[in-house]
Amino acid sequence: MRYSSEPIFWVLFSAGGVVTAFLLPVLIVMTGFVLPADEVTFTHLDDVFGNVLVRLVIFATVSLSFMHWANRFRHTLNDMGMAKSLFPLVSVLSYIAAGAGTVWAAVVVLN
Amino acid sequence: MADTITIEVFRYRPEDGAEPVYDTFDVPLRQEWRVLDALNHVKDEVDGSLTFRWSCRMGVCGSCGMMVNGVPKLTCSAFLRDFAPGPIRIDPLDGFPVERDLVTVLDDFMGKLSAVTPWMVHKDERSVEQGEYRQSPAELAQFKQYSMCINCTLCYAACPVYTHEDDFLGPAVLALAQRYNLDSRDDGNEQRYPLIWSDSGIWDCTFVGECSVVCPKHVDPSAAIQQAKVQSAQSFFASFLPFGKR
Repeated sequence: MRYSSEPIFWVLFSAGGVVTAFLLPVLIVMTGFVLPADEVTFTHLDDVFGNVLVRLVIFATVSLSFMHWANRFRHTLNDMGMAKSLFPLVSVLSYIAAGAGTVWAAVVVLN
Repeated sequence: MADTITIEVFRYRPEDGAEPVYDTFDVPLRQEWRVLDALNHVKDEVDGSLTFRWSCRMGVCGSCGMMVNGVPKLTCSAFLRDFAPGPIRIDPLDGFPVERDLVTVLDDFMGKLSAVTPWMVHKDERSVEQGEYRQSPAELAQFKQYSMCINCTLCYAACPVYTHEDDFLGPAVLALAQRYNLDSRDDGNEQRYPLIWSDSGIWDCTFVGECSVVCPKHVDPSAAIQQAKVQSAQSFFASFLPFGKR
């Protein structure tokens, strides 16, 4: 059977949807509110982020969120009536942006 | 409550070659009248040329679907009192060509429906003596919701993808395909997969979810499509394994 290539993008989109819904809010609360409010010390958080597993989870959260965005963004523009001929270009640009975000996340988080 | 309510009805008469217009009618605003009753009142008492489909008047036949104030509805289930003081604008269902007034052309939908084999397929046909195909309540529960579809096409009018992707099979057709794929008595999955798992099948759906919102029978086509996406993705990735089929 000839398969569509769409499952590759959809799996990344779905995984991104799950982490965006469950993990991203936690990260935002931790780094954006809890830390500035001095509820935890920077040293403590730094220790937690020093763990390789924690870094991998953060990397996955950020990169999959970008992949989620890329798929949703191109399809939303399509649903909103963007010219069909632009869809391949918008798709490529979306995934280049998501890919760049992933590389950036890797450099920052895994370094 | 006022005695009358104004309805603005989309009129298109192809023989005139004219652009569509809206005709305005004042109809009695009765407590029990639905939008369909108002249209029938106009047809019987005011303008016999007004053209629209209807049959059962009780939300079963699926033929009286129209846009009521921009929302796809069965007009036999839409009460005038809920739109008071009006006016109520009535259009043919979005996304379909219009044949005349409020009647849409259903050829595209019907063609796609028959293409997904929406009937029971058996590898080994049982004889009458062998008895019926038995099924447990749990097996029935797998697909029962999807079998409630009445082909009213409200979900097509609500779907932004169907209006701009000519090949998209659409919500009801995919939900019905899933209905048979999930039926333990059916052996037709393999012949349905190539079409429903294609780019013009489930993968055209962007999970907007409006199909499930407007469905008058609570079928939830969007859930059917998401289920099929999971199955298709599993099969796609399994095909790369040494023992997977391609």
